[in-house]
Amino acid sequence: MATAEMRLLTPPLADRDILGLRAGDQVRFSGVLLTARDAAHKRLVAGLDAGQSLPIDLYGQVLYYVGPTPPRPGMVIGAAGPTTGGRMDAYASKLMALGLKGMIGKGGRSRAVREAMQQHGCVYFGAVGGAGALLSKYIRSAEVVAYADLGTEAVRRLVVEDFPGIVINDVYGNDLYEDGRRTYAR
Amino acid sequence: MRTIEAQQITDTVARLCMEANYHLGVDMLAAFDHALKTERSPAGREVLSMLKENARIARTERLPYCQDTGFVICFADVGQDLHINGGLLEDAINAGVRGGYTQGYLRASIVEGPFRRKNTGDNTPAVVHTQLVPGDRLCLRLMAKGGGCENRSQFKMCTPAEGLEGAKAFVLDCIQNAGPDACPPLIAGVGIGGTFEKAALLSKRALFRDIGTPNPDAELATLEHDLLNEANTLGIGPQGYGGDTTAFAIHINTYPCHIASLPVAVTIECHAHRHRQAIL
Repeated sequence: MATAEMRLLTPPLADRDILGLRAGDQVRFSGVLLTARDAAHKRLVAGLDAGQSLPIDLYGQVLYYVGPTPPRPGMVIGAAGPTTGGRMDAYASKLMALGLKGMIGKGGRSRAVREAMQQHGCVYFGAVGGAGALLSKYIRSAEVVAYADLGTEAVRRLVVEDFPGIVINDVYGNDLYEDGRRTYAR
Repeated sequence: MRTIEAQQITDTVARLCMEANYHLGVDMLAAFDHALKTERSPAGREVLSMLKENARIARTERLPYCQDTGFVICFADVGQDLHINGGLLEDAINAGVRGGYTQGYLRASIVEGPFRRKNTGDNTPAVVHTQLVPGDRLCLRLMAKGGGCENRSQFKMCTPAEGLEGAKAFVLDCIQNAGPDACPPLIAGVGIGGTFEKAALLSKRALFRDIGTPNPDAELATLEHDLLNEANTLGIGPQGYGGDTTAFAIHINTYPCHIASLPVAVTIECHAHRHRQAIL
């Protein structure tokens, strides 16, 4: 479960940043998060498979699975909570092979993806699903950097400050969802 | 014969879309408060506190509670003695969705076809279910249905031999399988009986009852109560981080069955349970 200690992460990340993380650790991100969800993942991996260079460098980066609402005038972004990570399972291993160090979403990942996380050194973080209004408050800037035609599904570069998350899957094979269920099932 | 203008329907739907997305119902806020008292898991309590704060920000800043502002599902109960002037009912509802989602800075989440996945840009079309009812009024019940939880909705054609126990086991199975993916604490709308499509419709309609309001049928009220208690022993908890609050409510609607059938449909709904109604 969540430990009392809060871990501060400043992406882009290096291996040493994630080796100390364990499932259940609470974290705060301050720095850059790149966004991508279903359509952007599909296009990124289609590009990779075709041998093209990607419009973004994923080395050391953290991908946030989010499709925000449009910002009101004067706002940086609209509501911006996580979407279900499992839908990105079909693509995630190929992106980890490029040096992706973290993924932020909600919901469980496949066994194959969890194994790839251990192999490549990548951590899956949970953000509170459905807390889109609250989570938007930690985002300082948002800029579309690829696939603008995808609208909400475009790739954005977010700069965040103290963005809250929790470690779901660490690089040692632990899973907060399994641990939590085991602890509280009656 | 009473007459209303299609434009009035459009304006109402636009307003309901925005209100549903900014203002979580008082029944849900009460459910958060209750769960904060009973939840043993510290991580679970923290999630619940964040959701309360999220609801406050959404309400005060007219910012959507969740970035998935949903597929609009509209149940339109049309009085037989009502005439709608100036356009088709479904067109009027879709015009309202278009207006509400555009003016309200809500996300366009609908693609024009299941394979050619081009975003329609204004969150249309809605899914509209129309039925004729006595009287000369129009009752619009509107829900902004999230995709993540809808993806965990399920249907099973049980056999009469499986009976009540089979239906209960399937509902709990659905909640277990939805797990952390569907943004618990969940609400399960359950439709039992009728046919394949009737059960699914019953399960959707069941979600419109306020949380904490018992089923008017005493037997079903007991069943809902027992299922909820069992669901909350699964240990999934808020966001799946482990805990006692896996579901806020289970609402059941039933209908007569064929002698051969026992259809059970379960619509899984997340804590971002956004719905509104208006009577014109």
